[in-house]
Amino acid sequence: MSFWSRHQIFEKNSIILVAGILVVIAIGGLVEITPLFYLKSTIEKVDGVRPYTPLELAGRNVYVREGCYLCHSQMVRPLRDEIERYGHYSLAAESMYDHPFQWGSKRTGPDLARVGGKYSDEWHVTHLNNPRAIVPQSVMPGYAFLSQTEVDEASVADHLRANRAVGVPYTDDQVANAVADLKAQADPDNAGVDAFAKRYPKAVTRNFDAKGGAPTEMDALVAYLQMLGTLVDFKLYNEKANLR
Amino acid sequence: MTEHSDIDHVSGRATTGHEWDGIKELNTPLPRWWVITFYLTIVWAIGYWIVYPAWPLLWSHTTGIWNYSTRAEVATELANLEKIRGDKMVALGAASLEEIEKNPALLALARARGKTVFGDNCAPCHGSGGAGAKGYPNLNDDEWLWGGSLDQIMQTIQFGARSGHQKAHEGAMLAFGKDGVLKKDEIVTVANYVRSLSGLPTAAGYNAAAGATIFADNCASCHGENGKGNQELGAPDLTDKIWLYGSDEATLIETISNGRAGVMPAWVGRLDPSTIKALTVYVHSLGGGK
Repeated sequence: MSFWSRHQIFEKNSIILVAGILVVIAIGGLVEITPLFYLKSTIEKVDGVRPYTPLELAGRNVYVREGCYLCHSQMVRPLRDEIERYGHYSLAAESMYDHPFQWGSKRTGPDLARVGGKYSDEWHVTHLNNPRAIVPQSVMPGYAFLSQTEVDEASVADHLRANRAVGVPYTDDQVANAVADLKAQADPDNAGVDAFAKRYPKAVTRNFDAKGGAPTEMDALVAYLQMLGTLVDFKLYNEKANLR
Repeated sequence: MTEHSDIDHVSGRATTGHEWDGIKELNTPLPRWWVITFYLTIVWAIGYWIVYPAWPLLWSHTTGIWNYSTRAEVATELANLEKIRGDKMVALGAASLEEIEKNPALLALARARGKTVFGDNCAPCHGSGGAGAKGYPNLNDDEWLWGGSLDQIMQTIQFGARSGHQKAHEGAMLAFGKDGVLKKDEIVTVANYVRSLSGLPTAAGYNAAAGATIFADNCASCHGENGKGNQELGAPDLTDKIWLYGSDEATLIETISNGRAGVMPAWVGRLDPSTIKALTVYVHSLGGGK
């Protein structure tokens, strides 16, 4: 059997073929994925990026559950036209607490990486209830039920724990007070607002859905949308040191 | 090629030696051009490794002899864009709003730039033509909550209304019902009085004198004795036919009971100063500029 005919061993024996494929893919993974975990240049050094508050995390879960990522990206690419429209390109550091990240791969709707603060809470609520009430040409579905659905308080702390298990630095204090913080962020008159502000400095406390009562999924989703892309102060960002 | 070499008589090609019910499989080699292209792509990849960032190392990665960087390239592109827009955008940033209005070249530039930016940033609330929606002011008409002069429009765009920015417009409609200032029947009466101010029909059995008194005691401090409004406080004119939330009795009762505090975000920081100027001039030109 000549050297060039040796591949017949793989082609005629499916077990050996599977083993061979695994070896080749493992090499690809080792070379392409492993270095991202130890190379210092993977994640930029920036100030301000913090773990999500319980309310924002609940909103993020709604975002994932409803499949928002199927039509909205969260990734301003380093391209001139995208920067002109959406603002500074996204940094790896900005999604370092995202498990999984919501970069997306399709834009039926606009990119949301920097949507925080761009519109009012009221706009988000109206728009999520019925997008065409305010943007007549929109093809986005309505999510009116979010205003009627309360955030499931029983699972809030577990979501923090799950994130901590994959590396998000939530403290014991934050996990223990997850439900209290969830309620405090959606109600500026809540007694726990100060304690919340201490655990999550600079996080915004507002009644996002403008309704009383327990925090709804609308509160959570709007809180999440309103903080997207707002954590990094680009006036302090060192552009030169982070050229890649 | 194989030890089972066997020639198919119809095509004259070698077969793989496999046979199923008398049918044999031809062993047709890959076309030569395909194989050569395949090997060339491998050679191409090696060239790629040399010039572009490619291989991870222990502490960093190979940067490639061309020193290519996506982020450096986009920085260059943005600098070029600046150059293409050139002195005109600089002139726009340096000129006062009045100077822009008087200079036809600058005015045309500001309107074109303003129109683009409006579509990206303002249209979701104010509509693509600036016609507004319930709760989001129409920018084409003559009524202005916070003033329609160039300076006033720029102030509003920069800092917004109730946006959380310390220079934002802060006045808000009070919640006369929720806060217990007015009783339900008083609210119905004053809602009808407000309708009468702009000539709308009032409900049967409505007491005009009582309405006027309630209005004078509670509403006139912001909306003015005659309901003409006050731009210092963002209090709308109630005597015209322009309504931000609606003029029907139910909507007015809701407005008076629960108050209104629509939010306009602050754009300073998100948009650069010359862009905000262009936007100001564009909005001013939409139809209602004073």
